[in-house]
Amino acid sequence: MTDAAELRRRTAELLAANPPGATDRLDFLRARFDAGLAWVHFPEGLGGLDAPRALQAVVDAELEAAGAPGNDPGRIGIGLGMAAPTILRYGTDEQRRRFLRPLWTGEEVWCQLFSEPGAGSDLAALATRAVRDDGGDWIVDGQKVWTSSAHLARWAILIARTDPDVPKHRGISYFVCDMTDPGVEVRPLRQITGEAEFNEVFLTGVRIPDAHRLGEVGEGWRVAQTTLMNERVAIGGVRTPREGGGTPAEGRGSMIGVAAAGWRARPELRTHDLHRRLLTLWVEAEVARLTGERLRQQLTKGQPGPEGSGMKLAFARLAQQISGWEVEFLAEDGLAYDDWTLRRPEGVDFTGREAGYRYLRAKGNSIEGGTSEVLLNIVAERVLGLPPEPRTDKDVAWKDLPR
Amino acid sequence: MTTATDMPDPDLLYSDEEEALRAAVRALLADRCDPAAVLAGAESGRPYDPELWRALAVDIGTAGLLVPEKLGGQGASAREAAVVLEELGRAVAPVPYLTSAVVAVSALLGCDPSREEVAGPLAALAEGSGTGALAVPLPAAPGGSGAPTVRADAAGALTGRVGSVADAAGAGLLLVPAEGPDGPALYAVDAGAPGVRAEAVTPLDLTRPLAHLAFDRAPGRPLATGERARAAVDRALLTGAGLLASEQLGIAEWCLTETVRHTAERTQFGRPVGSFQALKHRMAALWLEVGSARAAARNAADALASGSSDAPVAVAVAQAYCAPVAVHAAEECIQLHGGIGMTWEHPAHLFLKRAKSDELALGTPGRHRDALAALVDLAAP
Repeated sequence: MTDAAELRRRTAELLAANPPGATDRLDFLRARFDAGLAWVHFPEGLGGLDAPRALQAVVDAELEAAGAPGNDPGRIGIGLGMAAPTILRYGTDEQRRRFLRPLWTGEEVWCQLFSEPGAGSDLAALATRAVRDDGGDWIVDGQKVWTSSAHLARWAILIARTDPDVPKHRGISYFVCDMTDPGVEVRPLRQITGEAEFNEVFLTGVRIPDAHRLGEVGEGWRVAQTTLMNERVAIGGVRTPREGGGTPAEGRGSMIGVAAAGWRARPELRTHDLHRRLLTLWVEAEVARLTGERLRQQLTKGQPGPEGSGMKLAFARLAQQISGWEVEFLAEDGLAYDDWTLRRPEGVDFTGREAGYRYLRAKGNSIEGGTSEVLLNIVAERVLGLPPEPRTDKDVAWKDLPR
Repeated sequence: MTTATDMPDPDLLYSDEEEALRAAVRALLADRCDPAAVLAGAESGRPYDPELWRALAVDIGTAGLLVPEKLGGQGASAREAAVVLEELGRAVAPVPYLTSAVVAVSALLGCDPSREEVAGPLAALAEGSGTGALAVPLPAAPGGSGAPTVRADAAGALTGRVGSVADAAGAGLLLVPAEGPDGPALYAVDAGAPGVRAEAVTPLDLTRPLAHLAFDRAPGRPLATGERARAAVDRALLTGAGLLASEQLGIAEWCLTETVRHTAERTQFGRPVGSFQALKHRMAALWLEVGSARAAARNAADALASGSSDAPVAVAVAQAYCAPVAVHAAEECIQLHGGIGMTWEHPAHLFLKRAKSDELALGTPGRHRDALAALVDLAAP
């Protein structure tokens, strides 16, 4: 097993051969990947060294101290968090070699073609069809939605229906879709904030070679579970400081940090009612932070608990309440909005921009990545073991389901 | 205020030793303290269950967890005491652990334990042979206990009244904050001494008896005076409030577990009632609250154990959060049990009464939020 000392030695070697000041950024990232120091828990030859995941922090700290360039996790988050673990687990050797390196260096951005306008939280009800032609390629037709980064992406992970004659979870297959295919059309989807953080993606006769399938035909739902699990486990290895860090005056790190900084800076706006509610929210935000910290400590010790499924619920509710409080606190300033210009940001910044933006953007927190209502059902059934909802669609062929 | 940089890393998990202690306490309570026994005991008029106390405090040795070994205790910390309280909360156990082994012991530790007047009672409480109570009203909050209502003369004779003191009736030793000839002081008074009278109050929470104490020239031995006395009382209330969060966590856990069990079994309209989404969402929401309460309670226990400067914030956060969670869990437990939840023989009411009483104990959530406003620089208008 590769230990911390060995990783330090290899990191020093990498730095010696590629001095950060004198090496092109992309060349450095490629060299780092080839040295197995990109994600150390991945296999050798695929950017890793089969080392314990926790030791990544050792490498990152050494490289940061040396001023080495990093990849851009904000821009390639879907690739790192969703595509990579799925390709690693279900991909062929050829797929892993082709996709993982440019994914990690950021040369190729990935997006995710899962959600559909007609499916929503009932993801497995998706209607995008993939039909095999005589040559063995797949021809894909359908529409996807809520696709962030689609306008930047070179590749997408895609789930599509390959057999409408079996119940909905069984007739799905999982593919890697080439976003440069002429049948792929990406349109910005403008949201209530005025910006277009997501896209609609129209797929018309898109040709996907069978070599770009991940997992067996009809096993797409199981493959997608790996992707979705990694989406929800995206809790960092770093502890979050109270109020999100920064100085109390800045308070830019978290929603409550911003609200508290506003309270400290604007004594003329304070009322007793707002004070009472701010303290309640402050306590809840601090407890949510501690709950996340406890989960992080469990993960570090190798004892993951089911608490992760709850964190998103708490985060969504708090973000909505705090941002709503903030608009109210700001009084006249809360009536103004910073900018309605249509923009296409590369990433999401939940605490960026102004209070009105935060208030509107937070409305999505209880919808995206699973609505709070669906997550509560999941907690009730999988964590508490309560009896499942009656399922009328379970044994019915997808084509016979009411739509 | 405490800034992010000087805050220590709290350990929010349970150690193997803590889990072993939990297993011992849980086994004892399963054996000796089932809900029927608690209910029977509550109606017996005894201030607490002496056999259960002896097994918990003496045989397992939990009474002295907070007391250093050289003073006759186990030399453990608030982290271990918190685990004991989680289990006691889960069983609504009728024992004076919080009041004697946590609050009274902490008050004595805040005095000068090198003095025999302090070391003697401390060793006795740590041993668990008798119990003690700090003579303040149960709702007294840390930092807000106010001026003593008892006066002491130069000879140490105490006169005055203190209302609603928890577990005072069964305690052999009373620790009485009083206004002495030279300012505030803390006195030790034997409960059986002449001039001491305890009038039992019919309590909302049958498992934690209350008494009004009246002192009429009762003989007191001074334990500490001045700022030291005030600080000892305040530290005792802070420790009590911080660890009460773990008792509240235990209450909430029992209520959630029983509610899930009941609704999964109980059938109505041809389905287990726990399969109805309206009920499931309420239980899932409660599960989130319980998990969050655990993080808050552990953080308070860890801050108290490490002597962190952040302890006042950690305690206020834990009380402001955990007290309502316990009440919410108990109220949901009653409602989701339906009619059976309103009966005397079902134990749910014991948990509701304890949870509601605990919400007032050692400072209400509102008082703790008020305290936070000053601690974290969020001043009122």
